[in-house]
Amino acid sequence: MPHDHHDHLSPSGHPYRPDDDHPLTYWQQMEIAIRELLIEKTVTTATEINAQIDAMDSRSPANGAAVVARAWTDPVFRDALLADASAASRDMGFDIGPMKLIAVENAPDVHNVIVCTLCSCYPRNLLGLPPDWYKSRAYRARTVNEPRKVLSEFGLTLPDTTTVRVHDSTADMRYIVIPARPEGTGGWGQDDLAQLVTRDSMIGTGVAKSPTSK
Amino acid sequence: MAERQFMRVRADMPPGHVRTPAYLRGKTGWVERKLGPFPNPEELAYGHPGTALDLMRVRFTMAEVWGPKTAFPKDTIDAEIYTHWLEPVEPPHAT
Repeated sequence: MPHDHHDHLSPSGHPYRPDDDHPLTYWQQMEIAIRELLIEKTVTTATEINAQIDAMDSRSPANGAAVVARAWTDPVFRDALLADASAASRDMGFDIGPMKLIAVENAPDVHNVIVCTLCSCYPRNLLGLPPDWYKSRAYRARTVNEPRKVLSEFGLTLPDTTTVRVHDSTADMRYIVIPARPEGTGGWGQDDLAQLVTRDSMIGTGVAKSPTSK
Repeated sequence: MAERQFMRVRADMPPGHVRTPAYLRGKTGWVERKLGPFPNPEELAYGHPGTALDLMRVRFTMAEVWGPKTAFPKDTIDAEIYTHWLEPVEPPHAT
């Protein structure tokens, strides 16, 4: 018999997976308590909270990709984006709330990468929720100390002649990287170009996709 | 190119909520751009109205932050530092 311990196996012959049940953590309880108090005291309503959750969930890296693709094709917009990324994003129709955004542009000899060493500041109002690794202690600690090694682990090995600029998002500003426009995309429209702009390329842990890999 | 304004980050380690990363305290960089004013987060964190302070994007070299033996000394780190953490200093001599 391949499976001897029948007590631990499901009818399919595989081990039962333990239930993922555990008591609420301290902070989960705190969030529920504060949310319920705010509703009870009519500071906000359940409808407003759900609407805000829906608004956050509806934001995705596609918003940032559209901004980048426009910057690639529209020099006036690119200049406006570098001067005031919040205003330029709003002008495109993105509701980014009070977020103060700075756009940093990659160049043939400059590569930018974003990190928040103190917590996990991220341009959520434009790009949606950050990836889990962005919030990890390893990414936050190592990106300011050995950025090229971190980037190589993402599959991005930069030549020694490229200057790496790390941006530590320590206070009120949020950041987006404008990656370099890939070769071989001359004459492409903004919608097609936006398909090449990955989330990681806007954090700086990657570059835009090449048109052949689309 | 405009003259660089060099700034040294205070080397203090005060208790409480501070948004000046410890790894940059005592280090010298130059002002990449000026931002703000923004309310002081060290007061906001304790429910006080934040005093409006200018915020500076300060650029540091890897050599300054991690020492001359760092692998790529000319790579840079930019961080936003509130002005009460900064003191203007003379440009370092070129080495």
